[in-house]
Amino acid sequence: MSLESRATTPGPSVLRNRPDLPIYLDYQATTPCDPRVVDAMLPYFTQKFGNPGSRTHAYGWEAEDAVETARRQVADIIGADEREVIFTSGATESNNLAIKGVAHFYRDRKNHIITVVTEHKCVLDSCRHLEQEGFEVTYLPVQPNGLIDLAALEAAITNKTVLVSVMAVNNEIGVIQPLAEIGRITRAKGVFFHTDAAQAVGKIPLDVEAMNIDMMSISGHKIYGPKGIGALYVRRKPRVRLQAMITGGGQERGMRSGTLPTPLCVGLGEACRIAKAEMAAETERLKALQNRFLTGIRSRLTEVVLNGDEEHRIPGNLNISFAFVEGESLIMGIKELSVSSGSACTSASLEPSYVLRALGVDEEMAHTSLRIGFGRFTTDAEVDYAVEQLASSVERLRAMSPLWEMHQEGIDLKSIEWAGH
Amino acid sequence: MAYSEKVVDHYNNPRNVGSFDKGDAAVGTGLVGAPACGDVMKLQIKVNEAGVIEDARFKTFGCGSAIASSSLATEWIKGKTLDEAATIKNTEIAEHLALPPVKIHCSVLAEDAIKAAINDYKAKHGESAAAAE
Repeated sequence: MSLESRATTPGPSVLRNRPDLPIYLDYQATTPCDPRVVDAMLPYFTQKFGNPGSRTHAYGWEAEDAVETARRQVADIIGADEREVIFTSGATESNNLAIKGVAHFYRDRKNHIITVVTEHKCVLDSCRHLEQEGFEVTYLPVQPNGLIDLAALEAAITNKTVLVSVMAVNNEIGVIQPLAEIGRITRAKGVFFHTDAAQAVGKIPLDVEAMNIDMMSISGHKIYGPKGIGALYVRRKPRVRLQAMITGGGQERGMRSGTLPTPLCVGLGEACRIAKAEMAAETERLKALQNRFLTGIRSRLTEVVLNGDEEHRIPGNLNISFAFVEGESLIMGIKELSVSSGSACTSASLEPSYVLRALGVDEEMAHTSLRIGFGRFTTDAEVDYAVEQLASSVERLRAMSPLWEMHQEGIDLKSIEWAGH
Repeated sequence: MAYSEKVVDHYNNPRNVGSFDKGDAAVGTGLVGAPACGDVMKLQIKVNEAGVIEDARFKTFGCGSAIASSSLATEWIKGKTLDEAATIKNTEIAEHLALPPVKIHCSVLAEDAIKAAINDYKAKHGESAAAAE
């Protein structure tokens, strides 16, 4: 991570072109706050601390102005009107509010929701809760490339369907769902379309009008903003109505009560402003980093598989299976690289990733996968170092892998009767 | 997840990695686990005429605890008779490596691998495969 080394004089490690360690390669889990975001936030902790709901004095007006500017910045990055943006505590709350809020408000007329098996847990769990309340939920499968089948979506919609919730970009594999096509279908059928865009905002162009999106969840800390803040876009025309989960003072047009955290709102707004201004250039930079990484890895290793569609994906999220090497042991070997495992054993469940399984990735391949994420502060030197570390670790572990040995001997692993345990 | 020092040591410096010729009459081979479960261990023993395990090798596909369990197993069985080696319990391996509960299955697999290798050796020499019981 080069945040600090950028701000200060380069130390000896930078002069040797060796990056500071450990290297952060988990930008899908969270991102550091951009220093420009922190600068924008700081005055609102101390001097400008007013409650944006205070209408009777300058402290309140000042805070309200800041919150409304931030709201406009959030709206700008998705082509919305600022009156359609609600601040929440993060994308998990936004997803809960969108799905449960719509289901509960329209429950007298409609009781069916459609979502996808590869959604984030907070979407799936919101749907599970609704099922327990008597709602019906269809969990659409995905194709081997991770994308939904639009014909299957259209066929699943009934006259009882109130909501379709499909994530914009998958957090584990980075594939981009066909939002505009989904929006065309849902609008034609008179069904609301919600998208969890936590991993998409600031990375791909989003336009709620062009894509016919009715609700969109946004996260602050995935886009170099602070943790603890997010937003939900809620369409005004045609109007989407929600039953609030948090009631009280009636803030956020009654959909989400509670005093707005001015510094966090300002941080989210500034993060959106920067992301929008830099999106085109940053996308090109990340593509170059991704190509540098893949070229490096493929020049050193065979039997490396990229999971998820090759084309419909964001740059900066690579989910890779290193065949014949178990993911947790690989992570142990690259302790200077902060990456995430899509495989078993890191969680208590010992189950491989449900997203990879949904793609039809074999369990044995799912056990060998890592998620490598690049972001705004990733450098060429970091990528080169990561390639070297990963490749040598994979080589070392393959040398002690009985599966690699069998593969080299030409034995088909599927022909063996393994004793499960 | 924090690993014990011993697990890290075996992971960084695994003992007795490699393979013997499966066809050698003095060699017994155990292959246990399944790729779909995320662990496969191959453990081999080389037995001398006195019935003593004079050398051992392993290869493991699995997490750090699985690698450490099999590495430790090869260390422990060297110099033991087949009967002595068959008495090694997974609990001893787990205790020595300070495995957390979620990793106990790695030690179970190592014990299974020892027994499978012994059974393979005995089968080659016309003895019934009783060691696992």
